Order: sequence, then structure tokens, then C-alpha cells
Amino acid sequence: MIYNVTIDETEHRVELDRAAEGWRCQLDGHAVPLDAVLAQPDVLSILIEGRAYEIRREQAGADLTIWVGDHAHAAEVRDPRSLRERRQRADHDKGARQLVAPMPGKVIRFLLEENSRVEAGQGVVVVEAMKMQNEIKSPKAGVVLKLSVAEGAAVNAGDVLAIVE
Amino acid sequence: MIFDHSKHERDARAHIMFSKILIANRGEIAVRVIRACRELGIATVAVYSEVDRAALHVLKADEAYSIGPASATESYLNIDKILAVAQACGAEAIHPGYGFLSENAKFARACAQAKKKIKFIGPSAASMEIMGSKTKARQAMERAGIPFVPGTSRGAQSIDEAREAAEKLGYPVMLKAAAGGGGKGMRLVHNPRDLHAALEAAQSEAQRAFGDAEVYLEKAILNPRHIEMQILADEHGSTVYLGERECSLQRRHQKVLEEAPSMLVDPDMRRRMGEVAVRVAEAAKYCNAGTVEFLVDQKKNFYFLEMNTRLQVEHPVTELITGLDLVNLQIRIAAGEKLPFTQEAVAIRGHAVECRIYAEDPDNNYFPSPGKIAMLEAPAGPGIRLDSGVYEGWTVPIDYDPLLAKLIGYGDDRAQAIARLARALEEFFVAGIKTNVALFRRILADEAFRMGQIDTGYLERLLASHPRGKDEAKKDTADVAAIAAALFAALETPPKAGSNNGTDAADGATNWKRTARTEGLM
Repeated sequence: MIYNVTIDETEHRVELDRAAEGWRCQLDGHAVPLDAVLAQPDVLSILIEGRAYEIRREQAGADLTIWVGDHAHAAEVRDPRSLRERRQRADHDKGARQLVAPMPGKVIRFLLEENSRVEAGQGVVVVEAMKMQNEIKSPKAGVVLKLSVAEGAAVNAGDVLAIVE
Repeated sequence: MIFDHSKHERDARAHIMFSKILIANRGEIAVRVIRACRELGIATVAVYSEVDRAALHVLKADEAYSIGPASATESYLNIDKILAVAQACGAEAIHPGYGFLSENAKFARACAQAKKKIKFIGPSAASMEIMGSKTKARQAMERAGIPFVPGTSRGAQSIDEAREAAEKLGYPVMLKAAAGGGGKGMRLVHNPRDLHAALEAAQSEAQRAFGDAEVYLEKAILNPRHIEMQILADEHGSTVYLGERECSLQRRHQKVLEEAPSMLVDPDMRRRMGEVAVRVAEAAKYCNAGTVEFLVDQKKNFYFLEMNTRLQVEHPVTELITGLDLVNLQIRIAAGEKLPFTQEAVAIRGHAVECRIYAEDPDNNYFPSPGKIAMLEAPAGPGIRLDSGVYEGWTVPIDYDPLLAKLIGYGDDRAQAIARLARALEEFFVAGIKTNVALFRRILADEAFRMGQIDTGYLERLLASHPRGKDEAKKDTADVAAIAAALFAALETPPKAGSNNGTDAADGATNWKRTARTEGLM
């Protein structure tokens, strides 16, 4: 099995084969002597030449995080044979970006109007949750295309608040 | 700590201990109080809002009753509802925890005036009223000759009055809400130009947060230390101090990490601060557990700031270095027992550091991060105490303070306490929601923190600086992460249809999975 894996924005190619004596593994063309045991559904123990790693998987919606000890790595795994995934990838970075609510809460106010210019990192909308007001910032520079909810509206995590292009 | 056990037992017999206590709170503090009650053989009653039906404090209590919708004003702040439950279930006392109704004099008074009298485990309503208003407290302390931060003792009536007071004090000045707390209604003003706007902003914030727009002025002490003194007072006229807590690590005026004792305080300063704290408590005719907060300037001058008329979030660090159980003592004092020890018997041993574990995302401007806890691995081992209000599988509701748990490290000295805490933080793992655990790893590894060079501006400075060495260390584990990510995916690949080749990689993975399942590993 071959996987294209992105870890913290760096691409890796991982080849895995189950052999009689365990896993055969190649990382970016180099053989890695690998001993792996699934300790719990989301916990792996990996031994590489005696070095022990405790690894946990955290899946939050579409976001996959691989924890190696206390280091968190943003991960994405693709099977290059899958056409669907290849197509999705091609569309990934183009065009409009959505600002989504990171947690359930209430929209307090918008800081910008539709069609106004916005810098990357500039606050667009204020959401209140757990008695704290938080600014949701634009992921890119551009123009605020649309404010998708009304001030005062209750929103859930993942709801689209605004669109920036 | 030397207890005179025989004396304590005599006192215990002379008073009637409660048989049932209602805990008017939720989260880790409700669980903490339940534990103390269990140890005293007292039955516990939990109250819960709609979203807390499956909360840990409900699971752990002997009885539990619903008190309404998620909104705190309709549940945990609903005095009538809580008192009705207490009367109906026959609770003889109420422990308010911290936050919610803990500093509400009206609630304390309502308990005393209930048809079947209920003991409020805390000070009298009158003491709370003095300390509940910062301006009233300043007036009382002025009369008692307590040193406090120079400033006005009543709210500014007009901008002209504020301007005059600020000139007299000298800039920078701090504007503070009389009813304040938690940094709300607070503004630092560096020059006369900004005073008017800051005053209006502070007043409107105070009005919104506390329903009281009174704002007064204090001389700003720049980057002070925030050090507080724990006191205990029984109902027979004895008041003792139990040493200080260093609470200078704050973010937006909210405490993040606390420790005891403070590196700054030597035995002589501790005695002087302690004696002032006892005088503060006596001036307010204070009973039960309380905390006197001080600001300490760079010359080690200390000034009375305010008194918190309740158990503090950070009480465990004092418990660890004194060997006392503050909640146990609160209950016994409320039952009418005398303090079972004298000031001379209070001894400080070792060092304790506490981290407040919040559901918030340090990588994303500390957004609250409620939601379902997918995975939770709690640390343990020597010198580690975890006071938690959550469990794996529980959904942290959006409606309340995001404090999940408090992790406390204890050691013979500060270095050992920090080493144990850092080790425990490595063991602590939470998935599904974000927590500030990584922030504590960074603080504990920071050289300035380890040297004890901290003040109330420390944390903001640390956060503004770039984390060192983290990226290099992460590079080392990135390769392993890549392999692991592929392995997790491989383990989930279903066997190919029609393939029964035993050496096929996908089949191999499935076999492995099946084996793991049979062995109860999955």
C-alpha cells in the first residue's frame, strides 16, 4: 500500500507492506525497520531501532492530528489510487475561503461590511462563547464577499459566518 | 501540622455535624466538595442544569436534582430554585463552591431565613457585603489602618472629579469597577488624554457585567506581583493565616498558574502579611475560609487589594504545603467547631504549583473549545494531584466557565514541584477538544519562570515571544508521524473484494485488526 502523507505541510510518501515478520516500511524511499502495535483504537506504539514512540490519533471533523508524545502534527493521508481524492486536492486552495465558527456561540457583531477589503489576519466577526468574546480572523487578504449570518444569530461549530475572496 | 486529635474529637462531639449538604455548584469544585463530604460521612446533594445531567458531579453525588435550563441565571444562580431543592431534600447546609452564588450576600441571607434554617458554608452576609464592594472594603480598611493601594475610596461622580483624583495620584492610574472581578471594568490609563474615554468604557463595561457602573481610581502599580494570603476563622473568635499563594501568572487579569509559597516572601514578610490579613478578616467580622489579596511592588511593599469571601480555585496549593484540608475545615467551622489548631502549629513544608486546565485553544487566540472529550488520559504518580470535573466521553457545554481540571504538582522544593508537574503534563492527553496544556509545558520550561522572575506582566511577555526550540523538536517526530498516519489508514483499509490471498497487505492489516479485537485491544 502506498500513501501520500502530508505532515505539517511537508509531503511524504509511505509504502507499507505486511510481511510475515511484521511491517515492511519505506519512508520517502528509505527503508525503516518498524515494529508497530495498536494499543488502543487510536493509540499506536511504534518501535524504531529501540526508540519507543507513543502515538495518538485525533480526528476532529476533517482535521486529522497525529500526536507523537506531546508533539501535535497536522496530518493528511491520501491514497494516490483514489481519483476522487486527487480531484478534491486540485480544488483545495483556489478561490473563495469560508470563515467558519470554531465553536458554538452567538454572533455579536461584524467588524467589516460586505465588499470591504480585508487583510490576512484581520478580524471579521465577533462570536461570543463561554462568556468570552472572540474575533474570527480572515484566513487571507481579499474582499469580504458575503456575510452569511445575522448579528445576534446562534451558530454551531463549523457554520459559515462569512466568505472572503 | 500538629493536630491535637483528642481535643478535636471532644469538639466534634460537642457539636452536631451535618448529615446532608447540598452543593450549589458544578464542575471540578462540586466534585471536590463531594469528596470532602464523603470523608466526613455526610450525604451529598448535587444540583444540575439541563446540559449537566451527565456531568461528573451528578454521577458522584448521593442525590441529584434538576434546577432548570442551561443558562446560569435560570439554574446555578437561581436562589429560589436551589433553596426549594435544599428544603425538600432536607439538606442542613449549602456549600456554594466558588463563582455562581458563592459571594452573593442575598443568597447567604436567604439560607439563614429559610423556613427550615440552612447553614451557608461561608461568611455571614454582612461580611460579604463589606468585601463585595471594593469601595466599601477600602473604607473599612482605611478605618482599620490596613495598607492599601493609594486611590479613591468611592466611585468617580464626574470626569472632572476623576481628572483631579488622577492628577493627585500621578499617572499611570488604574480604573476599577467597585463591584468588579475577573478584569471586567478595568482600564489602565497612562495619560490625561485617555482618561475620559477609558472612564466611560470602564463604567459601561461595569454596568453590563455587574449591573453597577461605579468605577474608582487607584494608582497603577506597574507589573506588580499578585500574592494572596489564605485565612481561616472559626465562629469562636479565632482567625489564623495559612501562608501565601503567588498568583502573578495571569492572562487578561485571569489567573492561569498559582504556586505556594511565593519565592518572594521570606518568613518575616509572611508573618507581616499574615497578620495584616488576619486584621482585615477581623475588621469584617469574618468567619470560615477567605483570601486576602495583595499587590506587591518591586520594593516588596504590599498593599491590600481585596478579600475573596469564599474558597479559591487555587486552594489546593495551600492544602499541599500545610497538610490541611480546607474544605473539610470549612464544613467543620460551619458546624460550629473550633479551629483544631493554633497559628503556631501552622507549618509550611515543600512547594506546590497548580495549572488551570481550560478548554481553550492556545494556537487560536485562546478560543473556548467546548465539545466532546474523545480521549482523556490523566496523569498520576508521585506528588501529583488532579482535581477534575470531566471524563472521557463527556461533552463540555458551551454555557459555563471552560475550567476542566486543576493539575497540581508537589515536591520538597520548587524545582521538584516543577519537575513533577512538567512530567505529569507530558502524561496528560486530551483529544476532541483543545486545551491549554501546551501553554503550561512552555511556561514550565521557561528559564525566567524557573528562576522565579515573574510578575503580572510575565505571561503576556512570554506569549509575545517566539517559542524556542519547539520547531526543531517537532521536525524529529514528523517522520514518525508520517509513518503512523499511514499505518492508521492501512489498518482501516477493508480487504479487497474477491481477494483471498493471505499475503495481501490489506488482508494482513485486517488479520492484525481481528487479532487485536480478540485480544480486547480495540
